[in-house]
Amino acid sequence: MLTLANQTFSSRLLMGTGKFSSPSIMKRSVKSAKSTMVTLAMKRLSAHIEHDNSLALLRELDVTLLPNTSGAKNAQEAIFAAELVYEVLGSPWIKLEIHPDQQHLLPDPIETLRAAEVLVKKGFNVLPYCHADPVLCRRLEEVGCAAVMPLGAPIGTNQGLQTAPFLRIIIEQANVPVIVDAGIGKPSEAMAAMEMGADAVLVNTAIATAIHPVAMASAFSKAVEIGRKAYEAGMPDTQQDAKPSSPLTQFLVQE
Amino acid sequence: MRIASTLMSQDLSNIALSIQSKTNKHVEQALGKTSRNLDDFMALISPAATPYVEEMAAQSQMLTRARFGNTMGLFVPLYLANLCANECTYCGFTMSNKIKRTVLNLSQIETEIDAITDMGFSQVLLVTGEHEQKVGMSYFSEVLPAIRAKVSNVMMEVQPLPQKDYETLKTLGVDAVLVYQETYHPQAYARYHTRGKKQDFLWRLQTSDRIGAAGIDKIGIGALLGLGDWRTDSVMTALHGQLVQQHYWRSRVAISFPRLRQCEGNTNDSANLLTQQFPNETQLLQLICAHRLFNPQAELSLSTRESARFRDGVLPLGITSMSAGSQTQPGGYSAPSEALNQFDIDDTRAVNLVAAAIEAKGLQPVWKDWMAFS
Repeated sequence: MLTLANQTFSSRLLMGTGKFSSPSIMKRSVKSAKSTMVTLAMKRLSAHIEHDNSLALLRELDVTLLPNTSGAKNAQEAIFAAELVYEVLGSPWIKLEIHPDQQHLLPDPIETLRAAEVLVKKGFNVLPYCHADPVLCRRLEEVGCAAVMPLGAPIGTNQGLQTAPFLRIIIEQANVPVIVDAGIGKPSEAMAAMEMGADAVLVNTAIATAIHPVAMASAFSKAVEIGRKAYEAGMPDTQQDAKPSSPLTQFLVQE
Repeated sequence: MRIASTLMSQDLSNIALSIQSKTNKHVEQALGKTSRNLDDFMALISPAATPYVEEMAAQSQMLTRARFGNTMGLFVPLYLANLCANECTYCGFTMSNKIKRTVLNLSQIETEIDAITDMGFSQVLLVTGEHEQKVGMSYFSEVLPAIRAKVSNVMMEVQPLPQKDYETLKTLGVDAVLVYQETYHPQAYARYHTRGKKQDFLWRLQTSDRIGAAGIDKIGIGALLGLGDWRTDSVMTALHGQLVQQHYWRSRVAISFPRLRQCEGNTNDSANLLTQQFPNETQLLQLICAHRLFNPQAELSLSTRESARFRDGVLPLGITSMSAGSQTQPGGYSAPSEALNQFDIDDTRAVNLVAAAIEAKGLQPVWKDWMAFS
């Protein structure tokens, strides 16, 4: 069970709902992934939310919505977006995304920290999308974020866990759940993140743009489960050299 | 004026020669790369690349889906006025044309917006002729709040403005500004723009610097293909987009590929030029794919100037937003009349048919993808 802000989730696979070829394929993929928390871009919601097809379909599933602030370029805009989310959806959950960089959609660490501090004080459960920067993650934790969401690689690139050495430090240090967000392109990479000790992963592009998104969602679901199981089983460290079965220092115990 | 000065320093005849000198070796080299430079772009739009258009389309499609997902943005142009104080020999709004001139007032605009939102749109491109006095900042300031109240994304295609006016427009809720250079050849530009403020080539070229400095979210650029050598103009457009990304990294870049179309104002001379410099459909597809291969992040937009057949074919291969159900005359959505069009559109299908065509290609039509967070 994944616990975020005192709420438990049966799945450790969070899903993004953008980029799908249709809302119905999105819904079937979420179901197939057995995901229990899915993101939703506030900017994509219809002005009349009762007419929003994606939202209506998601509400038919047993999932917690994690609205995001995508489109916000600074703390002020993100705070505005979060308040709008609360007003429109009544959601205390907010995925804080501030990426003024329009080319690679990389998160702005300074604005993200500023906004996180304000939003936590306002009572939101803040899940910030951030760089795999161990110090930044500590700072986000200190201001009260419910989790940290460091990136594995630039968003949408399917390049996998390029930031692995930093993710390891973040996981080792964190007192809040670590959700690896962005860049995971294959189930094996999701599994690797889970084996490393990540509490969860968030996947969108790799599922939405697969030839068969529903089948890919199921593959990711299994990979995340297996990776977690392996982590919980206590994986032995990798070794550089073979270990002799008759240790060199065996004579000491004969003393 | 960081962008304009770099653009001005380019040697256009050198670029034209360089494009013509590309061989299939250059094209294959460009296709094999994952990150491409302007030289590769030249190879990809060169005559040597024509046999490679299938492979270009495949790569372009893949890059587009990875970046933008299986989606297609939909927007609609809203013509507010056809008054114009310029003489542009290719345009139906040119000042010497004896057409009925009109500027929509607030209540007419509201009627148009209602017609547009009834069709499902929430992204609107506001278009006017260029008339500083009658359709300038005071008019925009008057009408924008009413428009903004009903649509989520407001784009503008009007005369180039000073930076402080773009700053004002941003506070009034303008999300994107599109100013096409028409042609990057100063001599050709002078030939087509014979009267009015639009004659000032440099003021127009410096516009994206002013839009970027004002912090507008999206900057639209493009050349009117057919005015100058389309290949050279397209290399300049590609470079222009790259410069916007370098210098104004908080703004998105959107590129359009309008091909010259017949309108009230076309003279025989420009019609002759058209046949020589006009990219055919294969070349237009080649151009769209080349832009995508060169710049995976740019938004690429396609208008109803092109035929339904071409649009349906090309839409999954690199384009990220399309207009649909367009009228190119002020008041056209509530009361269409043929006489006032800026140019003739080709894809005249109703928007629901275009949306169905998008879905048939396995893409999700996106009506709304923007919201002002202020």
